[in-house]
Amino acid sequence: MTSVLTSSSPWARALRKLLRRRAAVFGLAVVVIFVLLASLAPWLATHDPLATSWSALRKAPSAEHWFGTDEIGRDVFSRVVWGTRASLLAGVVSVSISLLLGVPLGLLAGFVGGAVDQFISRLTDAFLACPFLILAIALAAFLGPSLTNAMMAIGVSATPVFVRLTRAQVRDVKVEDYIEAARALGNPPWRVAFRHVLPNVTAPLIVQSTLAVASAVIAEASLSFLGLGQQPPAPSWGSMLNTAKNFVDQAPWMAIWPGLSIFALVLAFNLLGDGLRDALDPRQR
Amino acid sequence: MWGFLARRLATILPTVLLVSMLIFGLQQLLPGDPAKILAGEEQDPQVIAYLRARLHLDEPLPVRYAYWMGGVLQGDLGESVRTQQAVLDLVIQKLPVTVELGLLAMLIALLIGVPSGIVCAVGRGGVWDTVANAFALWGLSTPNFWLGILMILLFSVQLGWLPASGYVSPFEDLRANLAAMIMPAFVLGNAIAAVLMRHTRSAMLQVLSSDYVRTARAKGLRETTVVLKHAFRNALTPIITLGALELGTLLSGAVLTEQVFSIPGFGKLIVDAVFNRDYAVVQGVVLITATTYITLNLLADLAAFAVNPRLRP
Repeated sequence: MTSVLTSSSPWARALRKLLRRRAAVFGLAVVVIFVLLASLAPWLATHDPLATSWSALRKAPSAEHWFGTDEIGRDVFSRVVWGTRASLLAGVVSVSISLLLGVPLGLLAGFVGGAVDQFISRLTDAFLACPFLILAIALAAFLGPSLTNAMMAIGVSATPVFVRLTRAQVRDVKVEDYIEAARALGNPPWRVAFRHVLPNVTAPLIVQSTLAVASAVIAEASLSFLGLGQQPPAPSWGSMLNTAKNFVDQAPWMAIWPGLSIFALVLAFNLLGDGLRDALDPRQR
Repeated sequence: MWGFLARRLATILPTVLLVSMLIFGLQQLLPGDPAKILAGEEQDPQVIAYLRARLHLDEPLPVRYAYWMGGVLQGDLGESVRTQQAVLDLVIQKLPVTVELGLLAMLIALLIGVPSGIVCAVGRGGVWDTVANAFALWGLSTPNFWLGILMILLFSVQLGWLPASGYVSPFEDLRANLAAMIMPAFVLGNAIAAVLMRHTRSAMLQVLSSDYVRTARAKGLRETTVVLKHAFRNALTPIITLGALELGTLLSGAVLTEQVFSIPGFGKLIVDAVFNRDYAVVQGVVLITATTYITLNLLADLAAFAVNPRLRP
């Protein structure tokens, strides 16, 4: 750690800048806490998240059930802890799908240009013309409701943003002298694209990915809330809120904690993303 | 103006065409034979045969698309497999409710977002700037269906001031209509207010540091005149263009908000259609949503054009 902090590579400088921003460090800390919750769920959960209990229906929070119990007597705390897995998984997997699809397409469009660029750009426009969540709902509807399909639907729906961003960055970078030099040395185009252009467009992609995780977490919760994501009885924050909505007058605790968790995780990724933007990409301010 | 409109339309038409292909292509994602899936649980061979013929399933994909698009251009978006109603009729039936919700939400978003953005920019770094920035972060990070549930908990369950659900048409009883719509509209407008506030703030900051604002101040004009007449008018273009992108958030958010408050709008229509495997309705609603979104963005471009004479040739 100290060697990273004292060396002065661009990445180390960016990391130092990031760690100086209190909001970003707070965001990072919250993300780390949720990652720990997700990975240690079997040990942190006080109850089996699926175990029902007819003697403990909609019980208010107590020493036994910290966040209370739900409509069929399951422990809300344990379900919130296990639900972290669905949300984090959805955030990370969806954005990975967007990156895997979007970056190569954007690179191709920006680097090759011409008819290829025209085709990819028009296709991107068409995807962007459908509001993000509506497109994700339609995709999830046709693929069938499941967490995996929800992640694919969110990933595909979020791809156009990455295509556009990569394309714009690549077009800026490819006219730089060092790219000209790489070409002049006789590097084949694919090598110039991947070895020389791509590394120089990663900073904005990292920022966008972090913010996209925040949107993907909300999108997964939304799809699960509508019944198109994680299927019951497996715990997810969105589907917990869907049930909680019907018991809000009798068991408000069922709605408070899953919602608060979504809020905290999304806020954390947004703070981290804003911090990364300031640290990595001063031009975007 | 007309040249600008023509140029914009020329880029929009291919987009709309591609969107229609995408939406039609969704059908290809269905696992197995669409006719069998659409026929539902009973799997009546007669129904399956009827659907195969109706959807031209024995023809190749481009031919099927041509049939479908031909229908769409004549206002025939297919029919619901459940109720046999025309999809277009269903949408027209539900649309006014969502339009009212959307307009109220946009009004709330504008009333909160734009003034607070101006206040922030003027008092940059001050208390109000900090408060409003915190509000923006809250707005961006709160899932609107959760905010809806919290508001029901506070205003309906605890205080008993507003109904938790139950839509009333404004033509029947305007007071009851507004009482039922105020919470959903606020929930939907909240996130958009946050984004508008951020855009207004950054646009105003840019304009306030320009030379003509310094000149206006040096002339001895009152600060309110400088901010509202000289600066705000020029900050309006980016606010309109960027704000228009939020109309997508509005349409997406409406689906969730209508679900929370049981409002019978088009969001409820698409969610019900998804669960009834009524794919023609899903496709129709998505197509109409996308076309609406594209049109609204075009209108926003025209509005930006109207408020900013410098964009004119």
